[in-house]
Amino acid sequence: MPFRNEPHTGISDSEPMALAQRRRQRSGVSAILTTAGLVLLTAVLSGNAAPPLPSKVEFNRHIRPIIADNCLLCHGHDKGTRKAGLRLDERDYALKGVNGRAALVPGNAAASEMFKRITSTDPTKAMPALGNKLSAHQIALFEKWINDGAKYELHWSYLPPQKKAPPAKGHPIDVFIRAELEKEKLSPSPEADRRTLIRRLSFDLIGLPATPEEVDAFENDKSPDACEKLVERLLGSEHYGERMAVHWLDLVRYADTVGYHGDQNTHVTPYRDYVIASFNQNVRYDRFTREQLAGDLLPNATIENKIASAYNRLNMVTREGGAQAKEYLAKYAADRVRTTSSVWMGATVGCAECHDHKFDPYTMKDFYSFAAFFADVKEEGVYTPSAFYSRFEPAVLLASDEEKKKLAEFDKEVAAIDKEIAAAGKDKAAVKALKEKRKEADKRRGEFDTTLPACVVTESVAPRTMRILARGNWMDETGEIVQPGVPHFMPQPNTPTLQHSTTPPRLSRLDLANWFVSRENPLTARVFVNRLWKLYFGTGLSKTLDELGTRGEWPRHLDLLDWLAIEFMDSGWDVKHMVRLMVTSATYRQTSKPTDKLKEADPYNRLHARQSRPRLEAEFVRDNALAISGLLVPKVGGVSAKPYQPGDYYKELNFPRRTYTPDKGDSQYRRGLYTHWQRTYLQPSLMAFDAPSREECTAERNVSNTPLQALALLNDPTYVEAARVFAARIIAQGGDGFEARLRWAWRRALSRTPTAKEAAAMKELFEKQLAGFKGNADAARQLMTVGYAPVPEKLDVTELAAWTSVSRTILNLHETIVRY
Amino acid sequence: MNPVTRNLLHLTRRQFLSRSALGIGSATLAWLLNSSVSRAARWTGVVNPTPVVPKAKRVIYLTMAGGPSHLELFDYKPELAKMSGQPMPKRLTEGQPIAQLQGKELRCLGPQHPFRRWGESQQHIAEILPHIGGIADDLCIIRSMVTHQINHDPAQTLMNTGTPISGRPSIGSWVNYGLGSENENLPGFVVLSSEGGGQGQPISARQWSGGFLPSRFQGVKFQASGEPVIYVGNPPGVSHECQSEVVKCVKQLNSELDAVVDDPEIATRIAQYELAFRMQTSVPELTEFSKEPEHIFDLYGTRGGDGTFASNCLLARRLAERGVRFIQLYHRGWDHHGGVKKGTEFTAKMVDRATAALILDLKQRGMLDETLIIWGGEFGRTPMAQGDGRDHHIKGFTIWMAGGGIKGGVTHGATDEFGYNAVADIVDVNDFHATLLHLLGIEHKKLTFRFQGRDFRLTDVKGNVVKEIIA
Repeated sequence: MPFRNEPHTGISDSEPMALAQRRRQRSGVSAILTTAGLVLLTAVLSGNAAPPLPSKVEFNRHIRPIIADNCLLCHGHDKGTRKAGLRLDERDYALKGVNGRAALVPGNAAASEMFKRITSTDPTKAMPALGNKLSAHQIALFEKWINDGAKYELHWSYLPPQKKAPPAKGHPIDVFIRAELEKEKLSPSPEADRRTLIRRLSFDLIGLPATPEEVDAFENDKSPDACEKLVERLLGSEHYGERMAVHWLDLVRYADTVGYHGDQNTHVTPYRDYVIASFNQNVRYDRFTREQLAGDLLPNATIENKIASAYNRLNMVTREGGAQAKEYLAKYAADRVRTTSSVWMGATVGCAECHDHKFDPYTMKDFYSFAAFFADVKEEGVYTPSAFYSRFEPAVLLASDEEKKKLAEFDKEVAAIDKEIAAAGKDKAAVKALKEKRKEADKRRGEFDTTLPACVVTESVAPRTMRILARGNWMDETGEIVQPGVPHFMPQPNTPTLQHSTTPPRLSRLDLANWFVSRENPLTARVFVNRLWKLYFGTGLSKTLDELGTRGEWPRHLDLLDWLAIEFMDSGWDVKHMVRLMVTSATYRQTSKPTDKLKEADPYNRLHARQSRPRLEAEFVRDNALAISGLLVPKVGGVSAKPYQPGDYYKELNFPRRTYTPDKGDSQYRRGLYTHWQRTYLQPSLMAFDAPSREECTAERNVSNTPLQALALLNDPTYVEAARVFAARIIAQGGDGFEARLRWAWRRALSRTPTAKEAAAMKELFEKQLAGFKGNADAARQLMTVGYAPVPEKLDVTELAAWTSVSRTILNLHETIVRY
Repeated sequence: MNPVTRNLLHLTRRQFLSRSALGIGSATLAWLLNSSVSRAARWTGVVNPTPVVPKAKRVIYLTMAGGPSHLELFDYKPELAKMSGQPMPKRLTEGQPIAQLQGKELRCLGPQHPFRRWGESQQHIAEILPHIGGIADDLCIIRSMVTHQINHDPAQTLMNTGTPISGRPSIGSWVNYGLGSENENLPGFVVLSSEGGGQGQPISARQWSGGFLPSRFQGVKFQASGEPVIYVGNPPGVSHECQSEVVKCVKQLNSELDAVVDDPEIATRIAQYELAFRMQTSVPELTEFSKEPEHIFDLYGTRGGDGTFASNCLLARRLAERGVRFIQLYHRGWDHHGGVKKGTEFTAKMVDRATAALILDLKQRGMLDETLIIWGGEFGRTPMAQGDGRDHHIKGFTIWMAGGGIKGGVTHGATDEFGYNAVADIVDVNDFHATLLHLLGIEHKKLTFRFQGRDFRLTDVKGNVVKEIIA
């Protein structure tokens, strides 16, 4: 049996929770393994004292995970790996069995070959043949399940969500969560203190820290709905959309560059601003879905709708010379299937590109039928290599009137030269000179043109023929031609919505969008609320945000997940409503500090008897430092920004070669989400804090804790500059004397006052640093050269440098970058 | 520790040990159970001990980016010389993928450089590689490589990650996930880059990405100029002592916080700051070439620190000495669509001597036996002319390996008389990866990581170890 990333991933940076869950299910033992591997092993369930059998053994809840983990590799639907011709993935096959021996005899476990095998002590017969024997508890589950009729169920996420009333009165989330806690004889944790709560809500809802004034106001607000009022204020902030956009942009793999080969810049920032605005205006998720997938197909499509349709153009594309258009069109098609099925369905339909899905019912035909929805998207397989200044058409130009006028002047100039060329006739020398002149003019026009605001969009053209490509081979032209269609085993869409469709009627991207947000779709709402849950509680209700299929994690709180999914649909796909619902629950407001009992009983906090404490995401680590220092320019939307990074950071790029010049002025201090997103070379500090390259859809970022993060916070000019600017503010605004200033700094950065121990440590640091810089004022002056922000002239530079060391320390604290 | 926990530790120990047949042994266990903060950052791999005795402890992969022409370097084709200028047989090229020669007339272009036999093994290598020729008896030349991506970017992605789809881990990160690094003060996977001698095709950081593996396993690219690792240097005006005091204070305050909030992640954070601080010392020491003796400078043809391939070879040796597990050197300069004669000669000059120097240097230090050297690009070049150059070619090309566990002085596989199709002992990219992992003691089918509900591996669903080339 291949060893999986267990028990090791427990020590990995990304997956301790899912892993713990699996291990717990298997071995009855759980381990707390922090990112770098502190280990604390605790009992959850003893292997000897198996839990009692449930009154009803459910296929999805109890049996499917065991079959999937132990049987399907050899007895699944993959012909290539199937042993003895036996299939257990579908009931009919299992009942039939092989050689006249039924694997399952409903109602009679003892007569079922499968049961005989899993209980056999004969090593030549015992199953599973690979890996560990099933536990006594698992065997008992099987026995009861078979005796009760061996009923199969479609995987839970393919069945429509069931709305069960919350089992008691109260906030529905709390009621569902507490019901599970009671089963484990656990109680919820007390509410966090006010200052923690406002920090938590600010980071979670707008991705920015609360100011000391806001903290004071909240702490002093004794009204019973203080929290609700705070939530409303934050939901109304224009920064709410920015916070939500970070997550969405990861999913749709939004970036400023095309990704392949020369990784040239593309025009796409208006789409990013559309996403921010949509969350801010609380555009309903069904409309948000339609606009992105099919904005261009909507009746009377506006410019905004078209910008939204840039979604279909966010895939990586190439300008590499010698690339074959057909090959790349196949790559783009597959990319769209992977991304779209992941974004809306939490599904890995992409696995069916070369073969039927190994674990889920997606077939190759499903894959290519899904791809066919996008066959009408106008695009090039290979964009012209030479036209380095051209847009990746089609695109809409969003130039001002003045810019358009200037563009027209360029056009006039070019037209005039053309006329001259025509007039020059056979005068070869003159023609040559004029052609040179025209090339120059063209270049100038192009260079101007490329600076104009524009956005790639979707334009619908006659659809390309879509075939099933045997083994994914784009050169194969023998495969069946397919029409747009949704996975065969799911509820099917109605007849096409668009009147002008072809005969026979062909489903369009609009139909796909409508299908995603139809009541019958079992996945869309679940996938969205599961990811939303993660934003506010640290882990999805199903931990596997990118896979709710059969290999995804069984959600222990399935009733809650389904309740939320239906509530989402019932609310008319109201995202803010769902956010509000989550963050106003008592579950959300609990303290994040675990008790000893909770550490043992629920080390990964999957039962939510307390809050989690995630590290801020990469962009917000930056935003927080800038906000604390006062450098942050909170402008929403616009051109992407270029924060500090080494000038030769793009050295390995070509076509064209480029050097990196950090922005000066306001755009240097913009929020992290506006960072110029170079897919092949992501800004190093964002990368250190696990921002993804956005070449592929990312539903869940890695969460690491590495030395490169320490180096970034210690030495990246962004953080050094923030520290020295913060230092100047501390001196200017913090009052007189060390203690007053430190208190001021602490409140600004951490929303609290320093403890006596902290103050003593900082005082010692300050004095040492001050002595050091007084002995070497040049060093102090050098430190002040970091970053473009001006240095206040009136301040004593050695004192400023010493305070810079203090503020560097503050910006490097774990508490500064973690939401508690 | 309370008795229940102790009992469970014991139980878990047994369970872990029962898995040792699957590759997880007591060393990993010891690591798992060691909660000392000072060791928190050390990763010793999931394959520990390795199921088979490793033949190599580390890898130095000399990535010849752009697609070096096998026909001008390692694959001797006298028949092609005779056909030069003649139309290429349609039976070979029809229906095959083709890059820049799409729609063009296809004519043969004979080898542009003479070959000769080298060493006791009498291997055929072009005369433009005299230093590599000089170590012919150490090389295993694989002339039957094939790939399935014909453009640089996806072909490199395939060569590094086993698939052309973005977002998957690269070889170096898989190896570090599998084996860990022997030096905790340096990254376990270091990437160096140089350029020259031909069109410099872009290289994406995707090529050393950790993909879905935990971020710590991703390659760290050393910068050619300035500080080698981004942000490893103190800010201007900040002395070692000044930085040390800040780091100490951060640690102290973080510990205070832990006492209040009880968060195990804080101990990890503290350990990472200690590690970062040590890296601030170990990285500059690493690139301090001045203590190398004169004969070493002569051997490599560089005094180091100049960003050349030669300098990177010298740095690679220093990295290898310090226990870095996977070292990848890119040289961007083999994309010879035109002027393949001069181009290959020029690029060969930039890499030939230093490549041989690296092998000789490792040998004299007794390290060659435990270091796997790989030399090769993402594809080869067409036997058909593209003007006076050659286009990309994927149906047959050459790479070579040397050192840890590799039979020296042998040629494996062959292409047809045109150098077009690999025809004997074909080695595809997954086979190459399987072999590489095998030499490191890792069974490629067992090194997996679960992502999106599936157990992914470097070799995806394929890969056969090329046993014939293993010593």
